[in-house]
This record gives sequence, structure tokens and C-alpha cells, in this order.
Amino acid sequence: MPVERIQHRIRISGGRVIDPANKVDVIQDIYVAGGKIVALGAAPDGFTADAEIDAGKQIVCPGLVDVCARLREPGQEHKATIASESQAAASGGITTLCCPPDTSPVIDTPAVTEFIRLRAEAAGKARIVTLAALTQELKGEQLSEMAALKKAGCVGVSNAMQPLLNPLVQRRALEYAATFDLTVFLYPNDHWLANNGCAHEGRVATRLGLPGIPEAAETAAVARDLALIEQTGVRAHFCRLTTGRAAQMVARARYDGAAITADVATPYLYLTEVDISEFDSRCHLLPPLRTVEDRQRLRDALQTGTLSAICSDHQPHEADAKLGTFPSTEPGISGLDSLLPLGLQLVDEQVITLPDLIHRLTAGPAKILGLPYGTLSVGAIADICIFNPEMTWQLTTASMQSRGHNTPFMGREFKGRVTHTLLDGNRVYSLG
Amino acid sequence: MSRDSLQIDTNGQLRHFLSISGLNRQLLIDILDTAESFAGVTEQTVKKVPLLRGKTIVNLFFEASTRTRTTFELAAKRLSADVLNINVTQSSASKGETLLDTLRNLEAMHVDMFVVRHADSGAAHFIASNVAPHVSVINAGDGRHSHPTQAMLDMFTIRRVKGPDFGRLRVAIVGDIMHSRVARSQINALNLLNTGEVRIVAPRTLIPTHAESLGTHVFHDLQEGIKDADVIIMLRLQRERMQGALLPSEHEYFELFGLTEDKLANASPDVTVMHPGPINRGVEMDSEVADGPRSVILEQVTHGIAVRMAVMSMAMSPRDTAAGQPHAG
Repeated sequence: MPVERIQHRIRISGGRVIDPANKVDVIQDIYVAGGKIVALGAAPDGFTADAEIDAGKQIVCPGLVDVCARLREPGQEHKATIASESQAAASGGITTLCCPPDTSPVIDTPAVTEFIRLRAEAAGKARIVTLAALTQELKGEQLSEMAALKKAGCVGVSNAMQPLLNPLVQRRALEYAATFDLTVFLYPNDHWLANNGCAHEGRVATRLGLPGIPEAAETAAVARDLALIEQTGVRAHFCRLTTGRAAQMVARARYDGAAITADVATPYLYLTEVDISEFDSRCHLLPPLRTVEDRQRLRDALQTGTLSAICSDHQPHEADAKLGTFPSTEPGISGLDSLLPLGLQLVDEQVITLPDLIHRLTAGPAKILGLPYGTLSVGAIADICIFNPEMTWQLTTASMQSRGHNTPFMGREFKGRVTHTLLDGNRVYSLG
Repeated sequence: MSRDSLQIDTNGQLRHFLSISGLNRQLLIDILDTAESFAGVTEQTVKKVPLLRGKTIVNLFFEASTRTRTTFELAAKRLSADVLNINVTQSSASKGETLLDTLRNLEAMHVDMFVVRHADSGAAHFIASNVAPHVSVINAGDGRHSHPTQAMLDMFTIRRVKGPDFGRLRVAIVGDIMHSRVARSQINALNLLNTGEVRIVAPRTLIPTHAESLGTHVFHDLQEGIKDADVIIMLRLQRERMQGALLPSEHEYFELFGLTEDKLANASPDVTVMHPGPINRGVEMDSEVADGPRSVILEQVTHGIAVRMAVMSMAMSPRDTAAGQPHAG
């Protein structure tokens, strides 16, 4: 059921406005009308607000853009739904979510992407864009109907976590995607080298006897991908790098002029193999958590901009999915609730400046997705996140909005909390 | 939750026996001493003691095993416990029941102890984190992680043959370290007992990454690896390792890493040869060595019963359950 949209005229007053795309960082008012930002600083002639948000001592920034969030619908509604996760996004200041194609059924027909669009509209809490499957059913054999999928609104193509075993198929898929100016989203992971492992091949896996995934599973895949990107001239994005060496390979290729971008997911900026400790299934991720050195190099690459986006890599699960022996549990962390607060912790730890962090959460990912969001320019769509950087709160089963409670950050005290989220100029979340 | 608090109660007593790492040297010595006292029992005509009379022990095996299960069963019976053997690979697991459901159902039958073997690393740890406070869990082998009773019976055998001072011993473990839960537990136990030097010997394909961090010296040449060794522990080589491109052939493996009388000349003159069984004769070692005077392979099997009696009785010794830790994962 579509939500009726009332286009409010809103004045957001007294906030510190940070808009990295326009290099803005100043205390000023923002005026919203007709779903768009109509003015910054002084009110336009004749503007009368029918709503006012006092953003004093708060930060006003573009709504967050998350390049990878699994919403579990269609296909796994027992884990989460588009409605439940849209709500979680809104309360986390996230206004745009990008859903990878590994739903069930796979996003390899316009019907599935249309279904997701309708569900998102009905929920009305976040904008959801989709990546189309690169190959039919993600099997790595037949190309998907990319032209039709693009026309249906998919913002890029990807084979998600499913392997493209045959390099010739990958080459053709990349060429075909380039034909339609589609960005290819690659998850670098060599299927054979990963060998069904479940932890980083390092000290911890050796001690616990867990089947390991070597660094080379990522770097060998990046190397092959880079060769085929160069061969085909496609525009490509590397999803969720986890090793310092892969980040270095991407930095070098970018320096050499390759049309590539890359992101990192929040868990990999905080956690390492050590957090698996004694078989903590909440830290079972794929690709796996790496070493302390990898974490540092990912932080460095985030700071330099080699990694131009931070995503949640949101993977909500039902409780049973994490109750079992470590290798048998399902990988992934429910990350929407902690995307911004974990990012703010990076600022506290002086890994990155606040404007740069906001860039990696807004304009950076929007550019990767080729979307006009992630900025507060006059005339832009009014997707806005307002947060109180000093407010502390605790992530608990009660405060968590995502239906999936699978996170090793449960119980963690965070500083910085979203107070208001605007989507298309409509208030979709207010704290309290 | 740290492994210490899961395995050891607030009074320092054994609660579960899941892995060697997380235990302390004194506890290992207590296990060996207790096993020594039970070794006498197993040699008497009436081989039973009434320590666990009225207790129910379930051998919960998710993976096939003959030797380990049999010695656990014998150990439990000699402690006068009631024993139930459940082979889950053939029952509920194939009907889609989760591990936790299987556990809850058995627990409802008032079981006092689970002896668990499972193909996944961390299985015993997971079960111990989820059982009722009065139930003890003994790990009979989990994935590649741990097989602590095997390691303790090996330590028991070494102590009987070489005496209590591990500090003067050079021990070489030869074979598939990568996939071996036995090796991981042996390395931990040898290091806790302050063994002079622990070596591992294998081609690079069978050595896990960062193996030195376990407390070992790594060798890729058998002759060098067993030079002046006081104890050589040969590991079983699973036949399926040939398929995974880990080794070219049994023939080449035996040529390079198989133990023969000739190669033994490099070791200490009074070297002791061990193997956790079952042996692939002509792959890991010659029959001449396996059945020779330096071999204590059959003694290891006998000692397995006394050591398992020791661990079971210690984990179930009367304790103040109220002082126990809550064990919700």
C-alpha cells in the first residue's frame, strides 16, 4: 500500500551542516520544500515553514547511502523483510540501500526488481536500489538480460558471492555489461583457493583447527578481475575488500588509471581474526575477518580514499542461524544499526576526519552507484540525516531495529545517535 | 567467554574437558596421576570401581570411531556408570534435527555426561556452552581442533617410558599436522609440560600456516626432524589426502616421511615410537618399526582406558554446582 506523501516545507535550524561533496562544513539553516533542498543559510523569498527541526549542537548531513545490505526479501522472510530493514535503515540515518542480487528468486528478471521496488515503496522508509545478476541464477554460465534489467532500474550488475569459475564467461559478462554502461560489482574471492574455509588462514585458524581462507583467495581474484577489467574497459567496483594487499593492488591500479572503485564493510575496520576467540559464531563472516595488520591497512586505505565507501554489509539472521558449531553457522553480521556509530568511532580514534567519514558514507557510495544522492546541494533530493554526535546509547536487543540481532557489537556503548531522518523531504524517523 | 571458565570451575576443578589449551600444568599432572591410580584397577581381575555408580554417560558420536568409542565405553563401565552409545550420523542428523535439538532431547533423559565426537571444529565447545549446569562434556575429537584425551594418553605413555622430566625430551611429531586434532592437542600438552623441544615434520602441504605460533620447530626433512629425538609420534595419513593435491602418492610419502629402521638410526638410541592408530603400514611406517622393540603403540591403547577413567571421574567429582558458572553461550 503506497504511503501518501505530504510534501512538507521544513526548516532545519542551527545545525552544523556537513556536505563533503560541496566541501561545506558550517553552521547554517537548511530549507526543504517539495521533497528538495530549496535553500541553505537564508530562507528563500516567501518561504514559510510548516515544520521546524531544531538541529542545534547536532550534525546535519546527507542521508547515508549503503552499497551493500541484504534485506532477505524475497526468499528469506524468516530472517527479515524489506519493511523491517527499511525501518532499521531510517533509524540509522540511512536513506538509500543497495540490495545485491542473491535474493530468492535471484534478481535476474525485471519482475524481481519491480517486486522489491514496490515493497520498498509500500514500506516508505528508505530508498532501495538493486544490483542485477551478472549471470542467470548467478550460476556463472549464461549472461543475464542486462539491458532489460537496466531498463527496469537496476543500478549495476554483480554475481554477488557466487563464483564466476570460468574466466571466459567473466570476460564476456564484463564486455556485455560495458556495452550498456553498467558498473560491475565484483566480490573478489577465488572459489578454489577459499576451499570452503570459514576463517582467515592465520594464527587463529591454526590454533582452533578451522578450515582457512588464505589472503590469496582475495588477491588472486583481484588480480584476475583487474586483468579482465583492463581487457574489457568496463567500469568496476570491488565490494568489501578485507586484505591490506588487495587494497594496495586497487590503489596501484587506480593510480595507473583504471576505472575502478572499492569499498570496505564496517566489521572489517574493527574486528580481526582474534575476535573469533573461542568459536564465537557472531564473528563468522565471509570473507573472513583478517589480521590486525590488514585492519590497519584497510583503515589507511579508507583515509586515503582508495576505499571510497563504507558499507554495512548487512546480513540479518534468525537466532538459529548462529546456533551451531562455528563452521556450520551462517556467516554475516546485522549491520544497519551500527553503520554510523561505528563510523563515528573511527573519528574518535582519529583514523579519519568527520567530513571524510561522512563522505565515505554519502557522496562516496552514491558516486559508486551512479546516483544523484549523498549531497545537500540546492535542488538536490532532500535525503537528510541529523545526528547528535555527543549522545551515548547502548545497542541492545531492545534498541536494535533490524530484525536480525546477530552482531558481536551487541551490548556495546556507542557515542553519536541519529535524531531525525528525512527521505524525499519526508520525516521517516525521529528519535523518541 | 574464555575457555578457562568453561572448562574449569571457580574452585579450579575440571568441569568439562574440551581442549588442552586453557588448562594449566598442574591440572595435566593431576590427570596423569589419577590415571596412574586407575591403571592399577584395569590390571586387576575385578576391573571395576564404584565411583560413577548411578551416573549416565552418553557417547554422542557424530563421526565414526571404533577405538576411541570403545575405550570411552570401557572406561565408563569400569567406573560403574551406565553407558549409552548414540551414533548420530545414522539417526536424527539425517532427519534434519539440529545439534541443539539432539542435545536437548538427550538432556531430557537426565544424562550426566556427554562424550562427544564431531567433524566440526568447536563442536564440543558449543555443546558445553549449551548444556544444563550439572552436565559435563568430554571432547572425543572435534574437527581439526582438539582430541585432548588422546593427547593425555600419549603424555601418560611418555611419562611411563621416559619419566616425569619432560624438560630433557626432544619430541618429533611426523605427518599430517594440518588436518590433525591429535597433533594440536599433543603440541599443547607437550608445551604445558615444559617439553625440551617439540618438532613437527611434514611437507609444506601438511603444515598449517603459522605453525611455529603453536610452539613448535618445523622440519620438512624426516632425517633432520628426528635427529636425536627421544620420542617420535607418527600420525595417521588419511587416504583422501592424495585426492586433494596435497601429496603425489603414498609411495613418495613413504619414501620421504615413512619411518623405517634405517631412518630410526638418526634418532636417540633409546627412542620411543608412538602412533595414535590405526596404522597404515607401509605408508607412515614399516611393520618392522610398528611391531619392533621401540614401539609402544599397543601400550598407548591400554593407557587410553585409564586416562579416560581419570578425566571422566575428575569432571564428575562432586562439586558445588551453585558455584559453577552459568553457561549460556
